[in-house]
Amino acid sequence: MGRVVVDVMPKPEILDPQGKAVAGALPRLGFGQFTSVRQGKRFELEVDGPVTPEVLEAAAAAAEQVLSNPVIEDVVRVADIEADAAATVSSQGLA
Amino acid sequence: MGRIGVVTFPGTLDDRDAARAVRLAGGEPVALWHADADLKGVDAVVLPGGFSYGDYLRAGAISRFAPVMGEIVDAAGKGLPVLGICNGFQVLTEAHLLPGSMIKNDHLHFVCREQVLSVENADTAWTRAYAPGERITIPLKNQDGQYVADERTLDELEGEGRVVFRYQGGNPNGSRRDIAGVSNAAGNVVGLMPHPEHAVEAGFGPDSPDGPRRGTDGLRFFTSVLQALVS
Repeated sequence: MGRVVVDVMPKPEILDPQGKAVAGALPRLGFGQFTSVRQGKRFELEVDGPVTPEVLEAAAAAAEQVLSNPVIEDVVRVADIEADAAATVSSQGLA
Repeated sequence: MGRIGVVTFPGTLDDRDAARAVRLAGGEPVALWHADADLKGVDAVVLPGGFSYGDYLRAGAISRFAPVMGEIVDAAGKGLPVLGICNGFQVLTEAHLLPGSMIKNDHLHFVCREQVLSVENADTAWTRAYAPGERITIPLKNQDGQYVADERTLDELEGEGRVVFRYQGGNPNGSRRDIAGVSNAAGNVVGLMPHPEHAVEAGFGPDSPDGPRRGTDGLRFFTSVLQALVS
């Protein structure tokens, strides 16, 4: 089973009321170092079998057509979650 | 007598009020079901308010793919009058029948109040019974009511007279340029966040100079479209 992760964020020029509310709450809990927060959405799409380039292409199309609204949001990531994790482990290994 | 379809999606709340408004205006309401790709030969369609599909993903985003919406998009392109109220407006933007989108109110609170609007365009299928610039009072009740679009789209809407309603007496949700409702280029498709169908019968509407709860400023949305069908 493969899994594709899709991250969607509000466009930079669109005010993000939820992120702003979170940013307002953080200093009250002692997290004064965070000057801004933006809140987005993460989708995990599962497929039978491995994540092929065709699967990633279909996920990117779904991300543009359904998972995001291009008027207010940007798709910022469409990735094979397992491959990403493996790459992170191997880069840590190298360091 | 004009036959006006009222669509029910899972989670729609105001379909009965919309059907009642059609009846009080002198039309015949026709119930349309989201899962049937059938408009039953209606002369116009109302997409009522509510929380279709629980606002999951984005408000209106899943309703857009309902079988009935394919028929509505086709018919709207051929001139069928379509009115989207609140969640119905959100569905129309997700279906690309109207430009822009709605995000959460800037103050993050649910708003429920009697709202004054100005009728900026009295030439659409749904506003021709109003005078240009007329002030009307109808209820506003939503959480995701902040209308947004890029500056170029907003300039286009203003230039083409497609801003149909503007909030007066203070902006209740942060909507760009105080926009409460817009139309498509042809003027047959109109969407707005406030609720005309809740202001159609004296005794059950907003307060008005005639007395408490006697406001019926929303009724002319529905008489407008019935007139438009006759002419």
